[in-house]
Amino acid sequence: MLSTNLDDALRSRGITRRQLVKFCSATLATLAMPERYLAQTVAAVGKARKPVLVWLQFQDCTGCSESMLRSSHPEVADVVLDLLSWEYHEVIMAGAADAANKALERVVKEEKGKYLVVVEGAIPMADGGVYCTIGGRTAIDIAREVCGSAAATIAVGACAFDGGLVRSSPNPTGALGVHEAVPGIKVVNMSGCPHNPANTAALLVHYLTFNDLPALDQYDRPLFAYGRVIHDQCERRAHFDAGRFVTEWGDEGHRKGWCLYKMGCKGPEATFNCPIVQWNDHTSWPIRAGHGCIGCASPRFWDNMSPFYDRLPNVPGFGVEASAGTLGLGLVGATVLGVSAHGLIKVIKPAPQAGSASISDEPPAAGKEN
Amino acid sequence: MARIVVDPVTRIEGHLRIEANLEGGKLTDAWSSGTMFRGIETILQGRDPREAWIWAQRICGVCTMVHAIASVRAVEDALKIDVPDNARIVRNLIAGAQMVQDHVIHFYHLHALDWVDVAAALKADPAKTSSIAQSISNCEKSSTNYFRGVQQRVKGVVDSGQLSLFASGYWGHPAYTLPPEVDLLAVAHYLEALQWQKDFIRIHAVLGGKNPHPQSFLVGGMTTAMDPNEPAAVINPDTIQLMQSLVKGALKFVNDYYIPDVLAIAPLYKDWFTRGEGVGNFLCYGDYSSGDQNDPKTFLFPRGIVMNRDLTKVWPVDPSKITEGIAHSWYEYSGGDTAAVHPSIGETKPKYAGPKPPYDHLDVDAKYSWLKTPRYDGKAMEVGPLARMVVGFASGKKEIVDAVTGALKALNAPPTVLFSTLGRIAARALEAQLMAQQLEGWVNELGANLAHGKTAIFNPVRWDPGSWPKSASGYGWHEAPRGSLGHWIEIDGKAIKNYQAVVPTTWNAGPRDAQGQRGAYEAALLNTPVADPNRPLEILRTIHSFDPCIACAVHVIDAQGREYVIPRVA
Repeated sequence: MLSTNLDDALRSRGITRRQLVKFCSATLATLAMPERYLAQTVAAVGKARKPVLVWLQFQDCTGCSESMLRSSHPEVADVVLDLLSWEYHEVIMAGAADAANKALERVVKEEKGKYLVVVEGAIPMADGGVYCTIGGRTAIDIAREVCGSAAATIAVGACAFDGGLVRSSPNPTGALGVHEAVPGIKVVNMSGCPHNPANTAALLVHYLTFNDLPALDQYDRPLFAYGRVIHDQCERRAHFDAGRFVTEWGDEGHRKGWCLYKMGCKGPEATFNCPIVQWNDHTSWPIRAGHGCIGCASPRFWDNMSPFYDRLPNVPGFGVEASAGTLGLGLVGATVLGVSAHGLIKVIKPAPQAGSASISDEPPAAGKEN
Repeated sequence: MARIVVDPVTRIEGHLRIEANLEGGKLTDAWSSGTMFRGIETILQGRDPREAWIWAQRICGVCTMVHAIASVRAVEDALKIDVPDNARIVRNLIAGAQMVQDHVIHFYHLHALDWVDVAAALKADPAKTSSIAQSISNCEKSSTNYFRGVQQRVKGVVDSGQLSLFASGYWGHPAYTLPPEVDLLAVAHYLEALQWQKDFIRIHAVLGGKNPHPQSFLVGGMTTAMDPNEPAAVINPDTIQLMQSLVKGALKFVNDYYIPDVLAIAPLYKDWFTRGEGVGNFLCYGDYSSGDQNDPKTFLFPRGIVMNRDLTKVWPVDPSKITEGIAHSWYEYSGGDTAAVHPSIGETKPKYAGPKPPYDHLDVDAKYSWLKTPRYDGKAMEVGPLARMVVGFASGKKEIVDAVTGALKALNAPPTVLFSTLGRIAARALEAQLMAQQLEGWVNELGANLAHGKTAIFNPVRWDPGSWPKSASGYGWHEAPRGSLGHWIEIDGKAIKNYQAVVPTTWNAGPRDAQGQRGAYEAALLNTPVADPNRPLEILRTIHSFDPCIACAVHVIDAQGREYVIPRVA
């Protein structure tokens, strides 16, 4: 019965069951969820009535929108046309001016409590919010209304997560991330500069399937994406363990893909599934391209992880005693979970016990001199 | 007289507002306002110049990497660093790939819906679309069944009552005049381009780990280490092969889709060859060197200026004649609001003086934008693909002359049609093709160097800040997809003292200057007919023809700095 309805629903949307299954399988892999959830996922995603999503852009560079357009599994066209009804997104939507504003108004009014909102960019709070206006309204005014009426808010990228670059010292516009600018709403943070579209697509599918959010860490980031330290998943880790380091750009070690720790890599302090999911249809990731990690998914990374070419002072396994308070989750990831073949941990539910996987609220002691 | 407000201008990067006066069915005046400010240059002060590119790159994630390249060039200029030839080639490749991909996205995803009625595509006869497609291109995907499938997909979306991204379009607007079969063709190619852009840009992942925001630039070179015998080297025989296939695919896409579609659609909107002229002055810094990067004679895009649409004369570019003013911008200058200041000594403080939000109208007689007003020798300039084609054509650069004359012949039109809304669209397409033709050569050049063991890609002489002079200053230029980009840097005590970016969209979208001269957007909108003030499709057509990027365009330096961080040697 379900099956017939699904096929009809799919046909009316111009997609085949095969396409849908393929896309759901890929998503489950990113979520580190077993295949037994496939039928449930396919049925949820194939519903005739698509959930509505609106995407707001504030103090942004549109890099997170562009990143979403690079989604490969599922394909971007499937996400924006088939998975959801993507009704407001300034960079790509058909309508402009009043027509665009009315599209947003309609969703807030008619889909109240049911729609998802994605926020990209920081929200300026200084001087009455004059540093970002759309249609004559301030970003904070729009965010309060649109996020306040949504089922959930997804903050993509470093800027929406915690203010990102815009909030870096001296924070000229009083910028904040969404969860601080609009307290009291349900937020999932997809940090990174930009967010990785594979993770965000997986989050959307998870939400559609279970009508709930996946397990989150204390920064409200999904554990499937932010639960493990980069260093522990890194393809250059064996070189670190063996003491083989790049010491000058372009040297023998650099040509042979040795560890970038001495060139300032922040992988030992950063959590993200970047080495596993990678970017652009699993083509590569920054460390493979020969540059150290800048810790772009970490809290307040612009100020905390820079100067980016300074060496981390305390890295476990490198002759310095590990600091659990600083690395927290890293130690858990390294000692308990180890590095599996695919590096995926199963973190469907429930949320972790407090303290079992914690990252310090303090900024890491990364090369700070001021 | 009616005041039309377009805010948000969508299908652009960033936050742009247009206000315009409509009288007798035509626009009699227009004002362009950037409505978002971040202050990235303020944030850069006091930081390590070697990492400035990582920060500056985040000025924009659409034209991602263009600010990275301008930034490393500025620091290399200040510290007098020559980069190895392989770094030149890799930078050309990354930037060239960006330009091709960005232009394709602009045409299909940001601009096409101004000309193509998605709803009308449902009325098309797929067999007729198929024969049109086959008459204009060698593209394999051109069967009746293929177009029927696309039409079904669109119908599915429309019938569901949930039109998603297409929900708010001006469908049925009288200015949409394409035959439904061409609408269907364009909708099919919209979807093809959506797929293609993400596949092709894998080249940025190869050479930079990811896109947006590739992460492989260095002051002094690139991190993309080369080794013919090491599979872990970023550039090795395998990645050369992968890049060869990607760039061939890019040229094929441009040849099979982009160029034929532009040449097919443009003649169906002939009126737009005489609308949207703009200021008529064109500036191009030049870029994409085939050898010595300090020698503009080696550039694919020649450096120069064309004034008053006079294609018989190309003027040299004098960097000292570039200024920025704030007469109508929400900043203040210590020398007074009417001063025009060179970017190397640019000094500004944000000072919002607009209406208290929420507001209905800006005070356009006073200050009305977060964009500043760049001028060259006091004159408003247009930058971008059209400027590059105009300057290249007037300079007699063979590749550009051939491309432009070929297109004009195909369109059966004189060179004057270039100075228009459609002229900008055509110039961008020609430029994408010209650039796509270069990419394979650069990959091969890199492959040849690899094979011959010529693998230097980084110049280490100035990596150690201990080797720097006490103070230094410099600038870096780049021809970004949207036009001439410049970064100016002042280094003191091994940290950034001042940083200033003068950005393509600021040239084009800036507000009036102290003399009341309009910028390119404001000038281009004059006399544009608008059929329905509630659905100002015609305004979008001309504004989109510039491919606005407002996040890039808004920037400022501020005297209030943070404490300097002294970079340590890694």
